[in-house]
Amino acid sequence: MTLLSTRGLTKHYSGLTAVSNVDFELPQGQVRALIGPNGAGKSTFVGMLSGRIPSSSGTVIFNDQNITALPAHKRISLGMAYTFQITSIFSALSVHENVALAARRQDNAHHLDLTVDQRVADALLRVNLSQRSTQIAGDLSYGHQRLLEIAMGLAQSPKLFILDEPTQGLSTNEIDSFITLIRNMAGDTTVLLIEHNMDVVMAASDYITVLNFGEVLAEGTPEDIRANDSVQAAYLGTANA
Amino acid sequence: MSTAHTRNLLLHLFIIAVLAGAFFLLPEYHSGIIARVMVLAIYAMGYNLLFGYTGLLSLGHALFFASGMYGLGLVMYHLGAPPLVGLLAGISFALFISAIAGFLALRTTGVAFMIVTLMFAQAGFLTILLMGKYTRGDEGFVLKQSERIIAGIDLTQAGNRYYAALLLFAICLLLIGWIVQSGFGKTLVAIRENEERARMLGYDVQRHKWIAVIVSGTISGTAGAAYALLFGYVGATFATVQYSIFPLLYVLLGGAGTTIGPLIGTLFMFYLIDISSQFTSAYLLIAGVALILLTLFAPQGLVGVLRKRLLPWLP
Repeated sequence: MTLLSTRGLTKHYSGLTAVSNVDFELPQGQVRALIGPNGAGKSTFVGMLSGRIPSSSGTVIFNDQNITALPAHKRISLGMAYTFQITSIFSALSVHENVALAARRQDNAHHLDLTVDQRVADALLRVNLSQRSTQIAGDLSYGHQRLLEIAMGLAQSPKLFILDEPTQGLSTNEIDSFITLIRNMAGDTTVLLIEHNMDVVMAASDYITVLNFGEVLAEGTPEDIRANDSVQAAYLGTANA
Repeated sequence: MSTAHTRNLLLHLFIIAVLAGAFFLLPEYHSGIIARVMVLAIYAMGYNLLFGYTGLLSLGHALFFASGMYGLGLVMYHLGAPPLVGLLAGISFALFISAIAGFLALRTTGVAFMIVTLMFAQAGFLTILLMGKYTRGDEGFVLKQSERIIAGIDLTQAGNRYYAALLLFAICLLLIGWIVQSGFGKTLVAIRENEERARMLGYDVQRHKWIAVIVSGTISGTAGAAYALLFGYVGATFATVQYSIFPLLYVLLGGAGTTIGPLIGTLFMFYLIDISSQFTSAYLLIAGVALILLTLFAPQGLVGVLRKRLLPWLP
């Protein structure tokens, strides 16, 4: 079953075409990595999925519903979670309150058995921040702030979890536990991951989409993509073999 | 969490009890000032909900204060309505005006929002002058003593007036204490701290801001209506820019985003001017210097500093 799909999704920025006519299908439960060189349009693309960036043309279908015209907050409440490329937290509030704000928004019936506090505790435990729940979020190290943002996404119990470069600034250990975290979510939660770290991409994802110059360059399993010549050319800038 | 709720409730009840007792201990001159301070503190609390908690700086709250004041005043003066009906009319009119002004002004953000709210308030002020036939313009009108009686309680009598002010103040303080502890209030703080993040957690930011303007404007209007009822005068002065700036000053002094800051700020400002005017005619200079010193050394305001240094649990 397809959870999310796009048809002809396009974004023009006054003359520049950042994303061009992208058809995209994301099956339920898959961990999909979205990769591509700098400026390939990855963040613009996921921005249009989450509604943060309005699209110029094309449609976005989520959970069999056309959400192209919906504002961001409505898409989020349909079951998306989004973490920003540049860390975006409530830095003056406590770690606990940051996650609670994410958890409180969800009023799904299947959460009735768990209080907000329980869900916050659970999300913090999964990213290993339980000990820091009373700290002010702005006082955390950069890596911990990234993890906090992931915890905010987890607390939303999303159907689709969009992560924009989540491992940037994480230590090797933290990256390892991040991969484990994502693998544990697979099958249950659908994950769309923008990532530059190829080790993470190869270890965490089921399937990869490569964007280049705003277009889909290739799609396939990690092994396919590793062996794909045009992907290597796009990344390394060598003449196409 | 429920312990925090209880503690905050106890703090607010304690302050209300202190104010209730103060009437017996203070000389009449000072209890008169406190009655006025409590009504203006309601105004400041309403302002604080929008400025301190939601992070929206309005320069036009005099519009809402005056809406409440004239809503009550006109209905009592021209139609001979009883005070409670007048109060209801004032509060409803402030709600109506803040819903419209908020809906339009919230199409802007930041500095534009400040200017648009300022312009709305100016339009309100000019409307009062324009409708001079009914509002008596600049001169204003007086509500007669015989009209300001609720169920046999004469609100022009010092004690009655003091406790009527306290009753309204208590209701507003407890209401705001409850709002800021609620999920809604916490979302307002989230919007203040990081609007984009709040939106991307699925919150309808625009709707939350609009409700915040309405609640803030209605509480401010309640203060305006109460001021007219308790002190008997309705005039265009209360719709001027000056009265839009006052709640901002009170809140900055007392501590933006704290429930008791507005009261402390209003009290401080009132006595600062009262005391300094006994020594010099340049009392506004002293008030100005005090403000500059506070913004330099305690930008979070009096209660804000208290919260930062000593009592981090203050709501």
